[in-house]
Amino acid sequence: MVEIEIDGKKIQAENGEMLIKAADDNGITIPRYCYHKKLSIAANCRMCLVEVEKAPKPLPACATPVADGMKVFTRSPSALNAQRSVMEFLLINHPLDCPICDQGGQCELQDLAVGFGGDRSLYDEGKRAVANENVGPLVETRMTRCIHCSRCIRFGDEIAGLREFGMVHRGEHAKVATYVKHSLRSEVAGNIIDLCPVGALTSKPFLYRGRAWELDAHEAIAPHDCLGSNIYVHTRRNQVMRVVPRENESINETWLADRDRFSYLGANNDERVGKPMIKREGQWHEATWIEALEFAANGLEGVRKQHGAEALGALASASCTVEEYFLLQQLMRSLGSHNIDHRLRETDFSDQKHLPLFPSLGMQIEDLENLNSFLLIGSNIQREQPLAGVRLRKAVVKNQAKAMSVNFLDHTVNFPLSEKLVVAGDALLFELAGIVKALIADQKELQDQTEQLLKSMQPTAEQQAIADKLKQGEKSAIILGAFVQQHPEAATIRALAQLIAQASGSSCGVMSLGANSAGAYVAGMLPHRLAGGAVAEKPGLDAGAMLTGACRSLLLLNVEPAYDAANSALAEQALAKADFVVSLAPYLSNDVREHGDVLLPIATFAENTGTYINVEGVWQTSRAAIKPFQECRPAWKVLRVLGNIFKLDGFEYVCAQDVLNKAQEVIDAANFVEPQWFCPAPIALPKAKTQRIAEWPIYSVDNVVRRAVALQESLHYEQPYGARMNQATANKLSIAGDSEVMVEQANAASICLPLKIDATVPDNAVAIEAGIEATRGLGGAFENITITKRVG
Amino acid sequence: MATETVDTTAEFVLSEKVRKEIDHWLEKFPEEQRQSAVLAALHAVQQDIGWLPENAMDAVADYIGMPHIAVYEVATFYDMYNLKPIGKHKITVCTNISCMLCGSDKIVEHLQQRLDIKLGETTSDGMFTLKEVECLAACKNAPMMQVDFDYHENLTPESLDQIIEKYRNDK
Repeated sequence: MVEIEIDGKKIQAENGEMLIKAADDNGITIPRYCYHKKLSIAANCRMCLVEVEKAPKPLPACATPVADGMKVFTRSPSALNAQRSVMEFLLINHPLDCPICDQGGQCELQDLAVGFGGDRSLYDEGKRAVANENVGPLVETRMTRCIHCSRCIRFGDEIAGLREFGMVHRGEHAKVATYVKHSLRSEVAGNIIDLCPVGALTSKPFLYRGRAWELDAHEAIAPHDCLGSNIYVHTRRNQVMRVVPRENESINETWLADRDRFSYLGANNDERVGKPMIKREGQWHEATWIEALEFAANGLEGVRKQHGAEALGALASASCTVEEYFLLQQLMRSLGSHNIDHRLRETDFSDQKHLPLFPSLGMQIEDLENLNSFLLIGSNIQREQPLAGVRLRKAVVKNQAKAMSVNFLDHTVNFPLSEKLVVAGDALLFELAGIVKALIADQKELQDQTEQLLKSMQPTAEQQAIADKLKQGEKSAIILGAFVQQHPEAATIRALAQLIAQASGSSCGVMSLGANSAGAYVAGMLPHRLAGGAVAEKPGLDAGAMLTGACRSLLLLNVEPAYDAANSALAEQALAKADFVVSLAPYLSNDVREHGDVLLPIATFAENTGTYINVEGVWQTSRAAIKPFQECRPAWKVLRVLGNIFKLDGFEYVCAQDVLNKAQEVIDAANFVEPQWFCPAPIALPKAKTQRIAEWPIYSVDNVVRRAVALQESLHYEQPYGARMNQATANKLSIAGDSEVMVEQANAASICLPLKIDATVPDNAVAIEAGIEATRGLGGAFENITITKRVG
Repeated sequence: MATETVDTTAEFVLSEKVRKEIDHWLEKFPEEQRQSAVLAALHAVQQDIGWLPENAMDAVADYIGMPHIAVYEVATFYDMYNLKPIGKHKITVCTNISCMLCGSDKIVEHLQQRLDIKLGETTSDGMFTLKEVECLAACKNAPMMQVDFDYHENLTPESLDQIIEKYRNDK
């Protein structure tokens, strides 16, 4: 520590720290454009010039390290003069178009010009103009306004790991540009909107929609991935105008993924249903809430009377709130059914009794960047949890961490992988088993425990290398992705991951599906566990069983089964087979339109108050920023009234907080016994058939983002949907050279898809996205798939 | 020096000769400083095909292992790289301070008139490309210009005509 003096105030600062940081930490304002605490130091804007005692000229505070006894003056005549001169230079080429600039009112240049600039300029020649760039549907550019601070360039280089902007040409002609016209591809590109201190980069969907001073900011939680990024929802006259990040060092730092930033566009979508709807004689009609609720209750009651309570089932998305989960399971259990689940995308439930209280990362999100080595299993981290990808990239780039991956597809990641295994479906289990075998060579106890399981394994060189690197890392982690949890042998994969972690001294965790898997587990949204993890005496049906048509009646909470379930075809058939389907959702999706009976329109995230538990186990409550769309109601209110209509006890909640208090009380009182690790059955040899790999594209993970048009458009550069396979597989199926192929899976419709040759797909596998309209009606992931020539 | 026809839409394949040249330069720098070879690599490509289409810059970036945009930044910074196809002879006139004081404006004007093109353009017969450059370190004999790799100094409108004629007749 050193002691310095800024403007006469004595402060303590870390050795080697830059002056500007010491000033920031002590509430002393120094103007700046290029400096950003999360980016490297460029010192190119010169705005932070300050006077330092004994220095002959003003020094840039962002690039001057503190030294003991240093005396700094930020408001001395010399400093002010320097700052005013810099301001004058910056304004030479900056257009004075504030009245038509979206940044007006939230502009650092505007603010600092008022605070530190002069009121006139000596420069009266012409200003230069720079052509705008079209960088896709999310970011709007007005490059004439650019002051060359280079924050956007450094962000791409240092944080996103994908340099898209650069400083091209020289001198008077220098400009920030992409040079080759293209849409931004980074899944965190929207952050450059916040970083840009002027109006050069602004939000395209928000363009000309409003002024910063008209907006109200509401604290909320982003509900699209398991990190629970903190956001501000900016509203005006009961409409969400935009979403910006809310700084939280332990979760999202100052960043936000594009999915979280622009998903509000889906909630503002025209497809929103504003009134309850009832289907009579095949036609949907608008109804009042009373009619619709009674219709729903009567329908459910009818099925219960005729077929018993076991015929009722409830499915919720993995992104609902704790309050909603708690009420839904309370409602169903009060009605006598344990058929409740939120694990729609999963197919293997065999180890459900052995799982911990909730799926957890097993470490702090913040610590991801301190890892020395990590193994990603079946994860597309940048697409599934973009900001976790940002943290891991830091570990690799700054810590030289060894990144390793065992996956079904050769995903591109923005950090170098030191080991990589890409194998189709079932072969993944053998790779993991091989790594375990390599790890336990000198661990007798584990050898005994897993003798049966690993008898015939012989680790390969690659598996050995992964094992060695995990062991060498002081801090190492095994991370199961969202992707791998859909595997039909996920239980074995989880058990093997545990073994790898145990044998290598690593932490083991999952990047759980949806935004609130942890909340669903804790609130008892499971057939075999009550709130708090207490064991249900008579376990109900899991999502897999419910979606194979075991329930006469289904209650859907924020779910579009044909797009959200592991097996789209079976899910839709289950809906068709059910006598009565109630859907609580903001939209009338195609599957519910065809097979549903009543739609109770509910609020989306910004309209709802609710609690999310992130993958670290942090409870975060998000309060409603606006009133629900038209007659929509928060789902917790709908569930509460349903409880009243059924005349059930314990549904007297007045507000969401009451529900949360009750849930908390039950959860705290519950007796959860941490289960023991179990040894899975020996692994069967992989089948040689062609298997489907079904990933949910980044902007198809839930009903709201699927309707965020700008997000969908931003993906246009990616390969459009289709049947993707490598050249060898195409040759084997003798379809190489065809443009379209017929795709068929068991119990599913046969559909025609474009054929894409893609070297990232391993042998014997075909990658076809799930969760999109084009592949609705296909079967499940990792199931066999038949590809044939298109006839006619 | 003239440019070759390049398919700018297809993937660009660096020729054997160019790759050897880049490897030669890569050897001179430590492994983590590979990007230092980019200047020489771009020159090698330009020697080979006369100019730097985007796909060739991408190929260089991928070969060295740096972001595409970082190569564009370098290529656009220096006047010596041709970002557009050029004519058989490239005339670069210095317009920096010494040459300017000695009348480079007149030289540029004369060349533009004589060749009937503006700065940055190529004559319709594909013979000459005219460019303006920063100081080429021949201030002693300003004004000066460079044609291909040769310096021509102490220029006057008359000497310009002779030089142009010489290149035009030099098949």
